[in-house]
Amino acid sequence: MANKTAYERVTAARSPKKMTTDELISGLISNFFELHGDRSDGDDQAVIGGVGRLNDQPITVVGIRKGTDTEENIKRHFGSPEPEGYRKALRLMKQAEKFHRPILALVNTPGAWPDVDAEYHGIGSAIAQCLQVGMQLRVPYISIIVGEGGSGGAIALACGDRVFMFEDSIYSVLSPEGYASIMWKDSAKVKEAAEALKLTPEWLLKTGIIDQIIHEYHSGDDLEPLRDFLANQFNELKNLPVDELMRQRHNRYRKF
Amino acid sequence: MLQSRFKMPSREELKKRMDNIPDNIMKECPVCHSTFFSMRAGKQRTCPNCGFGFRITAKRRAKITFDSFEELDSDVTVPKQYTDEKYMAKVAKAKKVTGIKESVLTGIGTLAKMKVAVGIMDPFFVMGSLGSATGEKIVRLFERATRDQLPVVMFTASGGARMQEGINSLMQMAKVSQAVEAHSKAGLFYLVVLCDPTTGGVTASFAMQGDIILAESHALVGFAGRRVIEQTIMKQPPKDFQRAETVIQHGFIDAIVPRSDMKKTLTNLLSLHTKENANGE
Repeated sequence: MANKTAYERVTAARSPKKMTTDELISGLISNFFELHGDRSDGDDQAVIGGVGRLNDQPITVVGIRKGTDTEENIKRHFGSPEPEGYRKALRLMKQAEKFHRPILALVNTPGAWPDVDAEYHGIGSAIAQCLQVGMQLRVPYISIIVGEGGSGGAIALACGDRVFMFEDSIYSVLSPEGYASIMWKDSAKVKEAAEALKLTPEWLLKTGIIDQIIHEYHSGDDLEPLRDFLANQFNELKNLPVDELMRQRHNRYRKF
Repeated sequence: MLQSRFKMPSREELKKRMDNIPDNIMKECPVCHSTFFSMRAGKQRTCPNCGFGFRITAKRRAKITFDSFEELDSDVTVPKQYTDEKYMAKVAKAKKVTGIKESVLTGIGTLAKMKVAVGIMDPFFVMGSLGSATGEKIVRLFERATRDQLPVVMFTASGGARMQEGINSLMQMAKVSQAVEAHSKAGLFYLVVLCDPTTGGVTASFAMQGDIILAESHALVGFAGRRVIEQTIMKQPPKDFQRAETVIQHGFIDAIVPRSDMKKTLTNLLSLHTKENANGE
Protein backbone atom coordinates (compact mmCIF):
# COMPACT_ATOMS: atom_id res chain seq x y z
CA MET A 1 0.00 0.00 0.00
CA ALA A 2 2.77 2.42 0.87
CA ASN A 3 4.13 2.29 -2.66
CA LYS A 4 1.04 3.83 -4.19
CA THR A 5 1.70 7.30 -5.57
CA ALA A 6 -0.32 10.17 -4.17
CA TYR A 7 -2.44 10.26 -7.30
CA GLU A 8 -3.09 6.51 -7.20
CA ARG A 9 -4.29 7.08 -3.67
CA VAL A 10 -6.67 9.77 -4.92
CA THR A 11 -8.11 7.38 -7.49
CA ALA A 12 -8.42 4.60 -4.92
CA ALA A 13 -10.14 6.95 -2.44
CA ARG A 14 -12.70 7.85 -5.09
CA SER A 15 -13.20 4.34 -6.42
CA PRO A 16 -16.85 3.31 -6.64
CA LYS A 17 -15.74 -0.04 -5.22
CA LYS A 18 -14.95 1.54 -1.88
CA MET A 19 -17.01 0.47 1.06
CA THR A 20 -19.84 2.97 1.44
CA THR A 21 -20.73 4.89 4.56
CA ASP A 22 -24.02 2.97 4.75
CA GLU A 23 -22.25 -0.39 4.54
CA LEU A 24 -19.86 0.65 7.28
CA ILE A 25 -22.70 1.68 9.52
CA SER A 26 -24.58 -1.55 9.00
CA GLY A 27 -21.42 -3.58 9.59
CA LEU A 28 -20.34 -1.70 12.69
CA ILE A 29 -23.56 -0.70 14.40
CA SER A 30 -26.28 -3.02 15.60
CA ASN A 31 -29.90 -1.88 15.89
CA PHE A 32 -29.07 1.25 13.89
CA PHE A 33 -32.02 3.62 13.75
CA GLU A 34 -31.77 6.48 11.30
CA LEU A 35 -32.85 9.94 12.41
CA HIS A 36 -33.79 12.50 9.77
CA GLY A 37 -33.77 16.25 9.39
CA ASP A 38 -32.19 19.37 10.84
CA ARG A 39 -35.43 20.58 12.53
CA SER A 40 -35.24 23.75 10.55
CA ASP A 41 -35.08 23.45 6.78
CA GLY A 42 -34.78 19.96 5.48
CA ASP A 43 -33.21 16.54 5.42
CA ASP A 44 -29.99 16.46 3.43
CA GLN A 45 -29.49 13.07 1.83
CA ALA A 46 -25.70 13.49 1.76
CA VAL A 47 -25.61 13.16 5.53
CA ILE A 48 -26.88 10.09 7.34
CA GLY A 49 -27.30 10.11 11.10
CA GLY A 50 -28.78 7.95 13.77
CA VAL A 51 -28.41 5.92 16.93
CA GLY A 52 -27.47 2.32 17.58
CA ARG A 53 -25.02 0.18 19.43
CA LEU A 54 -21.32 -0.43 18.96
CA ASN A 55 -20.58 -3.73 20.76
CA ASP A 56 -23.56 -3.09 23.03
CA GLN A 57 -22.63 0.49 23.84
CA PRO A 58 -25.18 3.11 22.73
CA ILE A 59 -23.64 5.45 20.16
CA THR A 60 -24.57 8.29 17.81
CA VAL A 61 -23.34 8.00 14.25
CA VAL A 62 -23.19 10.75 11.64
CA GLY A 63 -21.77 10.19 8.21
CA ILE A 64 -21.26 11.94 4.91
CA ARG A 65 -22.05 9.56 2.08
CA LYS A 66 -21.79 9.31 -1.65
CA GLY A 67 -24.36 7.45 -3.71
CA THR A 68 -23.99 4.02 -5.29
CA ASP A 69 -25.71 4.93 -8.57
CA THR A 70 -26.43 8.07 -10.55
CA GLU A 71 -29.83 8.64 -9.03
CA GLU A 72 -28.47 8.43 -5.49
CA ASN A 73 -25.48 10.54 -6.38
CA ILE A 74 -27.70 13.30 -7.71
CA LYS A 75 -29.76 13.25 -4.52
CA ARG A 76 -26.61 13.28 -2.40
CA HIS A 77 -24.67 15.70 -4.58
CA PHE A 78 -21.89 13.13 -4.89
CA GLY A 79 -21.29 13.27 -1.19
CA SER A 80 -21.30 17.05 -0.82
CA PRO A 81 -23.50 18.15 2.07
CA GLU A 82 -25.69 21.23 2.06
CA PRO A 83 -25.99 23.43 5.18
CA GLU A 84 -29.01 21.34 6.23
CA GLY A 85 -26.75 18.28 6.35
CA TYR A 86 -24.25 19.90 8.70
CA ARG A 87 -27.07 21.19 10.88
CA LYS A 88 -28.57 17.70 11.04
CA ALA A 89 -25.19 16.31 12.10
CA LEU A 90 -24.81 19.01 14.72
CA ARG A 91 -28.32 18.44 16.05
CA LEU A 92 -27.59 14.75 16.50
CA MET A 93 -24.22 15.40 18.09
CA LYS A 94 -25.77 17.75 20.66
CA GLN A 95 -28.38 15.11 21.33
CA ALA A 96 -25.56 12.60 21.88
CA GLU A 97 -24.02 14.92 24.45
CA LYS A 98 -27.30 15.23 26.30
CA PHE A 99 -27.57 11.44 26.62
CA HIS A 100 -23.85 10.89 27.22
CA ARG A 101 -23.45 8.86 24.06
CA PRO A 102 -20.11 8.83 22.22
CA ILE A 103 -20.06 10.06 18.64
CA LEU A 104 -18.66 8.36 15.55
CA ALA A 105 -18.36 10.54 12.44
CA LEU A 106 -17.68 8.93 9.08
CA VAL A 107 -16.42 11.30 6.41
CA ASN A 108 -16.44 10.71 2.67
CA THR A 109 -16.83 14.01 0.85
CA PRO A 110 -15.04 16.01 -1.82
CA GLY A 111 -16.24 19.12 0.06
CA ALA A 112 -19.40 21.02 0.91
CA TRP A 113 -21.87 21.47 -1.95
CA PRO A 114 -20.96 24.65 -3.82
CA ASP A 115 -24.15 26.15 -5.16
CA VAL A 116 -26.24 29.28 -4.78
CA ASP A 117 -28.80 27.82 -2.39
CA ALA A 118 -26.09 26.44 -0.14
CA GLU A 119 -24.71 30.00 0.08
CA TYR A 120 -28.17 31.43 0.77
CA HIS A 121 -28.73 28.87 3.52
CA GLY A 122 -25.42 29.71 5.16
CA ILE A 123 -23.03 26.89 4.34
CA GLY A 124 -20.17 28.83 5.95
CA SER A 125 -22.15 29.41 9.10
CA ALA A 126 -23.25 25.76 9.29
CA ILE A 127 -19.66 24.49 9.11
CA ALA A 128 -18.55 27.15 11.60
CA GLN A 129 -21.17 25.91 14.08
CA CYS A 130 -20.06 22.29 13.61
CA LEU A 131 -16.54 23.36 14.50
CA GLN A 132 -17.36 25.65 17.40
CA VAL A 133 -20.00 23.50 19.06
CA GLY A 134 -18.72 20.11 17.87
CA MET A 135 -15.28 20.59 19.36
CA GLN A 136 -16.71 21.34 22.80
CA LEU A 137 -19.01 18.33 23.08
CA ARG A 138 -18.36 16.68 26.41
CA VAL A 139 -18.51 13.12 25.06
CA PRO A 140 -15.91 11.02 23.21
CA TYR A 141 -15.88 11.94 19.52
CA ILE A 142 -14.02 9.92 16.89
CA SER A 143 -13.86 10.69 13.17
CA ILE A 144 -12.86 8.39 10.33
CA ILE A 145 -11.96 9.63 6.88
CA VAL A 146 -13.33 6.78 4.82
CA GLY A 147 -12.56 7.96 1.28
CA GLU A 148 -12.27 11.63 0.42
CA GLY A 149 -11.79 14.27 3.09
CA GLY A 150 -12.06 17.51 1.20
CA SER A 151 -11.65 20.94 2.72
CA GLY A 152 -13.92 22.68 5.25
CA GLY A 153 -16.72 20.29 4.41
CA ALA A 154 -14.64 17.45 5.84
CA ILE A 155 -13.09 19.06 8.92
CA ALA A 156 -16.58 20.10 10.03
CA LEU A 157 -17.04 16.47 11.10
CA ALA A 158 -13.39 15.59 11.67
CA CYS A 159 -12.51 17.63 14.75
CA GLY A 160 -12.93 15.07 17.47
CA ASP A 161 -10.63 13.40 20.00
CA ARG A 162 -9.18 10.98 17.49
CA VAL A 163 -9.10 11.09 13.71
CA PHE A 164 -8.42 7.93 11.72
CA MET A 165 -8.06 7.33 8.00
CA PHE A 166 -8.61 4.29 5.86
CA GLU A 167 -5.58 3.14 3.85
CA ASP A 168 -7.18 4.24 0.61
CA SER A 169 -8.29 7.68 1.66
CA ILE A 170 -7.14 11.26 1.26
CA TYR A 171 -7.50 14.39 3.37
CA SER A 172 -6.60 17.83 2.07
CA VAL A 173 -7.31 21.54 2.21
CA LEU A 174 -8.75 21.37 -1.31
CA SER A 175 -9.26 18.77 -4.04
CA PRO A 176 -6.15 18.17 -6.20
CA GLU A 177 -8.12 19.53 -9.18
CA GLY A 178 -8.97 22.72 -7.31
CA TYR A 179 -5.40 23.09 -6.09
CA ALA A 180 -3.98 22.70 -9.60
CA SER A 181 -6.40 25.25 -10.96
CA ILE A 182 -5.67 27.80 -8.21
CA MET A 183 -1.91 27.34 -7.98
CA TRP A 184 -0.99 26.71 -11.59
CA LYS A 185 -4.17 27.76 -13.43
CA ASP A 186 -4.09 24.31 -15.00
CA SER A 187 -6.54 21.75 -13.69
CA ALA A 188 -4.80 19.04 -15.70
CA LYS A 189 -1.84 18.98 -13.32
CA VAL A 190 -3.77 16.80 -10.89
CA LYS A 191 -0.91 14.37 -10.29
CA GLU A 192 1.51 17.11 -9.31
CA ALA A 193 -1.18 18.66 -7.13
CA ALA A 194 -1.80 15.36 -5.35
CA GLU A 195 1.91 15.17 -4.52
CA ALA A 196 2.14 18.78 -3.42
CA LEU A 197 -0.90 18.52 -1.16
CA LYS A 198 0.63 15.65 0.86
CA LEU A 199 -2.81 14.17 1.24
CA THR A 200 -1.92 10.52 1.94
CA PRO A 201 -2.68 8.84 5.28
CA GLU A 202 1.03 8.01 5.77
CA TRP A 203 2.08 11.63 5.55
CA LEU A 204 -0.79 12.89 7.67
CA LEU A 205 0.03 10.31 10.33
CA LYS A 206 3.65 11.40 10.37
CA THR A 207 2.66 15.02 10.90
CA GLY A 208 0.14 14.22 13.62
CA ILE A 209 -2.93 15.39 11.71
CA ILE A 210 -4.39 11.91 12.16
CA ASP A 211 -3.83 9.34 14.89
CA GLN A 212 -3.86 6.02 13.09
CA ILE A 213 -4.38 4.39 9.70
CA ILE A 214 -7.12 1.81 9.46
CA HIS A 215 -6.64 -1.28 7.32
CA GLU A 216 -8.78 -1.04 4.17
CA TYR A 217 -12.01 -3.02 4.32
CA HIS A 218 -13.99 -4.07 1.27
CA SER A 219 -17.66 -4.75 0.69
CA GLY A 220 -18.62 -8.00 2.34
CA ASP A 221 -15.65 -8.06 4.77
CA ASP A 222 -16.29 -8.91 8.36
CA LEU A 223 -15.94 -5.65 10.29
CA GLU A 224 -15.47 -7.28 13.66
CA PRO A 225 -11.81 -6.22 14.04
CA LEU A 226 -12.70 -2.61 13.25
CA ARG A 227 -15.67 -2.79 15.59
CA ASP A 228 -13.47 -4.02 18.43
CA PHE A 229 -10.80 -1.47 17.65
CA LEU A 230 -13.31 1.39 17.79
CA ALA A 231 -14.95 0.05 20.93
CA ASN A 232 -11.53 0.00 22.58
CA GLN A 233 -10.77 3.53 21.48
CA PHE A 234 -14.10 4.77 22.80
CA ASN A 235 -13.51 2.95 26.08
CA GLU A 236 -10.14 4.60 26.51
CA LEU A 237 -11.72 8.01 25.98
CA LYS A 238 -14.70 7.21 28.18
CA ASN A 239 -12.42 6.30 31.05
CA LEU A 240 -10.96 9.79 31.09
CA PRO A 241 -12.59 12.34 33.39
CA VAL A 242 -14.54 14.73 31.12
CA ASP A 243 -12.30 17.67 31.92
CA GLU A 244 -9.26 15.63 30.97
CA LEU A 245 -10.98 14.57 27.73
CA MET A 246 -11.61 18.22 26.94
CA ARG A 247 -8.05 19.18 27.84
CA GLN A 248 -6.59 16.53 25.57
CA ARG A 249 -8.85 17.51 22.70
CA HIS A 250 -7.88 21.13 23.16
CA ASN A 251 -4.19 20.26 23.08
CA ARG A 252 -4.64 18.07 20.04
CA TYR A 253 -5.73 21.05 17.95
CA ARG A 254 -3.84 23.81 19.76
CA LYS A 255 -0.52 22.43 18.51
CA PHE A 256 -1.28 22.96 14.80
CA MET B 1 -10.05 83.93 -34.38
CA LEU B 2 -11.19 81.27 -31.95
CA GLN B 3 -8.53 79.00 -33.26
CA SER B 4 -5.82 81.40 -32.32
CA ARG B 5 -7.10 81.56 -28.76
CA PHE B 6 -7.56 77.79 -28.23
CA LYS B 7 -4.62 76.28 -29.89
CA MET B 8 -4.59 72.52 -29.86
CA PRO B 9 -1.30 71.32 -28.35
CA SER B 10 0.78 69.04 -30.46
CA ARG B 11 0.54 65.29 -30.09
CA GLU B 12 3.96 65.18 -28.42
CA GLU B 13 3.01 67.91 -26.03
CA LEU B 14 -0.18 66.05 -25.08
CA LYS B 15 1.74 62.87 -24.46
CA LYS B 16 4.19 64.73 -22.27
CA ARG B 17 1.35 66.22 -20.25
CA MET B 18 -0.28 62.79 -19.87
CA ASP B 19 2.97 61.40 -18.53
CA ASN B 20 2.95 64.07 -15.87
CA ILE B 21 -0.40 62.95 -14.50
CA PRO B 22 0.27 60.66 -11.55
CA ASP B 23 -1.13 57.13 -11.68
CA ASN B 24 -4.21 56.29 -9.61
CA ILE B 25 -5.45 59.85 -9.64
CA MET B 26 -8.87 58.51 -10.57
CA LYS B 27 -10.50 55.50 -8.99
CA GLU B 28 -13.34 53.29 -10.10
CA CYS B 29 -15.66 51.70 -7.56
CA PRO B 30 -15.86 47.96 -8.23
CA VAL B 31 -19.43 47.91 -6.91
CA CYS B 32 -21.25 50.90 -8.41
CA HIS B 33 -18.66 51.60 -11.15
CA SER B 34 -18.68 55.33 -10.59
CA THR B 35 -15.39 57.08 -11.30
CA PHE B 36 -14.03 59.77 -9.03
CA PHE B 37 -10.85 61.51 -7.96
CA SER B 38 -9.02 59.16 -5.60
CA MET B 39 -8.71 61.88 -3.01
CA ARG B 40 -12.47 61.92 -2.61
CA ALA B 41 -12.27 58.41 -1.11
CA GLY B 42 -10.81 60.20 1.89
CA LYS B 43 -8.94 58.79 4.86
CA GLN B 44 -11.56 56.08 5.23
CA ARG B 45 -11.11 54.92 1.62
CA THR B 46 -14.78 54.66 0.75
CA CYS B 47 -16.68 55.22 -2.48
CA PRO B 48 -18.25 58.73 -2.38
CA ASN B 49 -21.17 57.40 -4.41
CA CYS B 50 -22.22 54.09 -2.83
CA GLY B 51 -20.21 53.96 0.39
CA PHE B 52 -18.35 50.77 -0.51
CA GLY B 53 -15.26 50.40 1.66
CA PHE B 54 -12.20 49.76 -0.45
CA ARG B 55 -9.78 47.12 0.67
CA ILE B 56 -7.30 48.68 3.08
CA THR B 57 -4.28 47.43 4.96
CA ALA B 58 -4.74 46.25 8.50
CA LYS B 59 -2.48 49.02 9.77
CA ARG B 60 -4.63 51.71 8.16
CA ARG B 61 -7.76 50.15 9.56
CA ALA B 62 -6.33 50.10 13.07
CA LYS B 63 -5.49 53.78 12.69
CA ILE B 64 -8.89 54.95 11.42
CA THR B 65 -10.93 52.77 13.79
CA PHE B 66 -9.33 52.91 17.23
CA ASP B 67 -8.26 55.74 19.54
CA SER B 68 -5.11 53.83 20.35
CA PHE B 69 -3.67 50.54 19.22
CA GLU B 70 -0.83 48.49 20.63
CA GLU B 71 0.34 45.60 18.49
CA LEU B 72 0.80 42.07 19.87
CA ASP B 73 2.88 39.18 18.54
CA SER B 74 4.29 41.35 15.79
CA ASP B 75 7.11 38.87 15.14
CA VAL B 76 4.94 35.83 14.53
CA THR B 77 5.35 34.93 10.88
CA VAL B 78 5.20 32.07 8.37
CA PRO B 79 6.90 29.00 9.94
CA LYS B 80 10.34 28.05 8.65
CA GLN B 81 9.18 24.65 7.42
CA TYR B 82 7.78 26.32 4.30
CA THR B 83 10.53 26.88 1.80
CA ASP B 84 8.81 26.98 -1.59
CA GLU B 85 10.45 29.80 -3.50
CA LYS B 86 7.32 31.20 -5.11
CA TYR B 87 5.50 31.18 -1.81
CA MET B 88 8.39 32.85 -0.01
CA ALA B 89 8.53 35.55 -2.67
CA LYS B 90 4.82 36.20 -2.18
CA VAL B 91 5.27 36.45 1.57
CA ALA B 92 8.24 38.80 1.24
CA LYS B 93 6.27 41.09 -1.05
CA ALA B 94 3.25 40.97 1.26
CA LYS B 95 5.36 41.99 4.24
CA LYS B 96 6.64 44.99 2.33
CA VAL B 97 3.20 46.12 1.15
CA THR B 98 1.42 45.65 4.47
CA GLY B 99 4.11 46.36 7.04
CA ILE B 100 3.09 43.27 9.03
CA LYS B 101 4.48 39.74 9.11
CA GLU B 102 1.31 37.69 8.78
CA SER B 103 -2.14 38.18 7.30
CA VAL B 104 -3.63 39.37 10.55
CA LEU B 105 -2.70 42.31 12.74
CA THR B 106 -3.52 41.71 16.39
CA GLY B 107 -3.34 44.00 19.36
CA ILE B 108 -5.07 45.80 22.15
CA GLY B 109 -7.05 48.83 21.10
CA THR B 110 -9.09 51.42 22.90
CA LEU B 111 -12.40 53.03 21.97
CA ALA B 112 -13.81 55.71 24.26
CA LYS B 113 -11.42 54.42 26.96
CA MET B 114 -12.75 50.87 26.63
CA LYS B 115 -10.04 48.25 26.17
CA VAL B 116 -10.64 45.70 23.46
CA ALA B 117 -8.67 42.84 21.89
CA VAL B 118 -8.49 43.54 18.18
CA GLY B 119 -7.79 41.34 15.16
CA ILE B 120 -7.64 42.86 11.69
CA MET B 121 -7.06 40.70 8.64
CA ASP B 122 -5.09 42.24 5.81
CA PRO B 123 -6.43 41.49 2.30
CA PHE B 124 -3.08 42.51 0.83
CA PHE B 125 -1.16 39.80 2.67
CA VAL B 126 -1.40 36.73 0.37
CA MET B 127 -5.12 37.52 -0.07
CA GLY B 128 -5.61 37.60 3.68
CA SER B 129 -5.38 33.83 3.59
CA LEU B 130 -5.43 31.73 6.74
CA GLY B 131 -1.86 30.55 7.33
CA SER B 132 -0.66 28.62 10.38
CA ALA B 133 0.79 31.78 11.86
CA THR B 134 -2.43 33.68 11.13
CA GLY B 135 -4.29 31.08 13.18
CA GLU B 136 -1.64 31.23 15.89
CA LYS B 137 -1.91 35.01 16.22
CA ILE B 138 -5.70 34.88 16.39
CA VAL B 139 -5.66 32.10 18.98
CA ARG B 140 -3.16 34.01 21.13
CA LEU B 141 -5.40 37.07 20.88
CA PHE B 142 -8.44 35.12 22.08
CA GLU B 143 -6.39 33.49 24.86
CA ARG B 144 -5.17 36.88 25.99
CA ALA B 145 -8.72 38.29 25.83
CA THR B 146 -10.06 35.37 27.84
CA ARG B 147 -7.33 35.80 30.46
CA ASP B 148 -7.78 39.57 30.70
CA GLN B 149 -11.58 39.50 30.41
CA LEU B 150 -11.62 41.58 27.25
CA PRO B 151 -14.10 41.64 24.38
CA VAL B 152 -12.74 40.77 20.92
CA VAL B 153 -13.40 42.73 17.74
CA MET B 154 -12.33 40.90 14.59
CA PHE B 155 -12.27 42.41 11.12
CA THR B 156 -12.25 39.58 8.57
CA ALA B 157 -10.93 39.92 5.02
CA SER B 158 -9.71 36.73 3.47
CA GLY B 159 -9.61 34.57 0.39
CA GLY B 160 -9.88 31.56 2.70
CA ALA B 161 -7.43 28.78 3.45
CA ARG B 162 -3.79 29.28 2.48
CA MET B 163 -3.20 26.68 -0.21
CA GLN B 164 0.58 26.82 0.16
CA GLU B 165 0.33 25.55 3.73
CA GLY B 166 -2.02 22.72 2.84
CA ILE B 167 -3.72 20.77 5.60
CA ASN B 168 -2.12 22.89 8.33
CA SER B 169 -4.16 25.80 7.05
CA LEU B 170 -7.31 23.71 7.34
CA MET B 171 -6.42 22.82 10.94
CA GLN B 172 -6.42 26.52 11.85
CA MET B 173 -10.20 26.53 11.42
CA ALA B 174 -10.46 24.01 14.27
CA LYS B 175 -7.74 25.62 16.36
CA VAL B 176 -9.29 29.10 16.21
CA SER B 177 -12.82 27.76 16.73
CA GLN B 178 -11.93 26.29 20.09
CA ALA B 179 -10.29 29.52 21.22
CA VAL B 180 -13.44 31.43 20.21
CA GLU B 181 -15.58 28.98 22.15
CA ALA B 182 -13.40 29.21 25.28
CA HIS B 183 -13.71 33.01 25.12
CA SER B 184 -17.46 32.72 24.66
CA LYS B 185 -17.84 30.28 27.57
CA ALA B 186 -16.10 32.84 29.78
CA GLY B 187 -19.09 35.10 29.09
CA LEU B 188 -17.11 37.50 26.95
CA PHE B 189 -18.26 39.45 23.92
CA TYR B 190 -17.05 38.65 20.39
CA LEU B 191 -17.91 41.03 17.58
CA VAL B 192 -17.13 40.31 13.93
CA VAL B 193 -16.96 42.86 11.13
CA LEU B 194 -17.06 41.15 7.75
CA CYS B 195 -15.01 43.17 5.28
CA ASP B 196 -14.52 42.76 1.57
CA PRO B 197 -13.83 39.91 0.83
CA THR B 198 -14.62 37.29 3.48
CA THR B 199 -14.69 33.81 1.98
CA GLY B 200 -13.79 30.14 2.30
CA GLY B 201 -12.37 28.73 5.50
CA VAL B 202 -12.58 32.04 7.33
CA THR B 203 -16.32 32.31 6.60
CA ALA B 204 -16.65 28.68 7.66
CA SER B 205 -15.08 29.36 11.03
CA PHE B 206 -14.43 32.46 13.14
CA ALA B 207 -16.13 34.95 10.77
CA MET B 208 -19.48 33.28 11.47
CA GLN B 209 -18.96 32.67 15.20
CA GLY B 210 -19.46 36.18 16.54
CA ASP B 211 -22.11 37.10 19.12
CA ILE B 212 -22.78 40.00 16.78
CA ILE B 213 -21.81 39.91 13.12
CA LEU B 214 -21.60 43.21 11.24
CA ALA B 215 -20.58 43.74 7.64
CA GLU B 216 -19.21 46.70 5.76
CA SER B 217 -21.39 48.00 2.92
CA HIS B 218 -21.33 45.81 -0.19
CA ALA B 219 -18.65 43.48 1.21
CA LEU B 220 -18.36 40.15 -0.56
CA VAL B 221 -19.27 37.43 1.92
CA GLY B 222 -19.47 33.77 0.98
CA PHE B 223 -18.02 30.30 1.30
CA ALA B 224 -17.46 28.80 -2.15
CA GLY B 225 -15.84 30.82 -4.91
CA ARG B 226 -18.00 32.17 -7.70
CA ARG B 227 -16.14 30.18 -10.36
CA VAL B 228 -16.48 26.90 -8.49
CA ILE B 229 -20.22 27.44 -8.12
CA GLU B 230 -20.50 28.37 -11.78
CA GLN B 231 -18.79 25.14 -12.78
CA THR B 232 -21.04 23.12 -10.49
CA ILE B 233 -24.42 24.51 -11.47
CA MET B 234 -23.37 25.18 -15.10
CA LYS B 235 -24.83 28.66 -15.10
CA GLN B 236 -24.06 32.16 -13.88
CA PRO B 237 -24.98 32.71 -10.23
CA PRO B 238 -27.04 35.89 -9.60
CA LYS B 239 -24.90 39.02 -9.71
CA ASP B 240 -24.91 39.99 -6.05
CA PHE B 241 -25.58 36.63 -4.44
CA GLN B 242 -22.59 36.95 -2.12
CA ARG B 243 -22.89 40.64 -1.24
CA ALA B 244 -23.49 41.60 2.38
CA GLU B 245 -26.86 43.09 1.34
CA THR B 246 -27.95 39.65 0.09
CA VAL B 247 -26.46 37.69 2.97
CA ILE B 248 -28.26 39.86 5.54
CA GLN B 249 -31.59 39.00 3.87
CA HIS B 250 -30.87 35.35 4.50
CA GLY B 251 -30.28 35.99 8.17
CA PHE B 252 -26.54 35.61 8.62
CA ILE B 253 -25.55 39.20 9.38
CA ASP B 254 -26.88 41.42 12.18
CA ALA B 255 -26.34 44.76 10.48
CA ILE B 256 -24.55 46.45 7.62
CA VAL B 257 -22.49 49.38 8.80
CA PRO B 258 -20.77 51.81 6.45
CA ARG B 259 -17.13 52.37 7.32
CA SER B 260 -17.81 55.99 8.22
CA ASP B 261 -20.12 54.83 11.05
CA MET B 262 -17.94 51.97 12.21
CA LYS B 263 -16.19 53.68 15.09
CA LYS B 264 -19.43 55.02 16.52
CA THR B 265 -21.18 51.68 16.12
CA LEU B 266 -18.38 49.68 17.74
CA THR B 267 -18.22 52.11 20.63
CA ASN B 268 -21.94 51.77 21.23
CA LEU B 269 -22.00 47.97 21.00
CA LEU B 270 -18.91 47.56 23.18
CA SER B 271 -20.32 49.83 25.85
CA LEU B 272 -23.52 47.75 25.89
CA HIS B 273 -21.42 44.70 26.68
CA THR B 274 -19.17 46.00 29.42
CA LYS B 275 -19.21 44.27 32.79
CA GLU B 276 -20.74 47.32 34.45
CA ASN B 277 -23.76 46.95 32.22
CA ALA B 278 -24.20 43.25 32.87
CA ASN B 279 -27.15 42.45 35.12
CA GLY B 280 -26.47 40.76 38.39
CA GLU B 281 -22.81 41.72 38.67
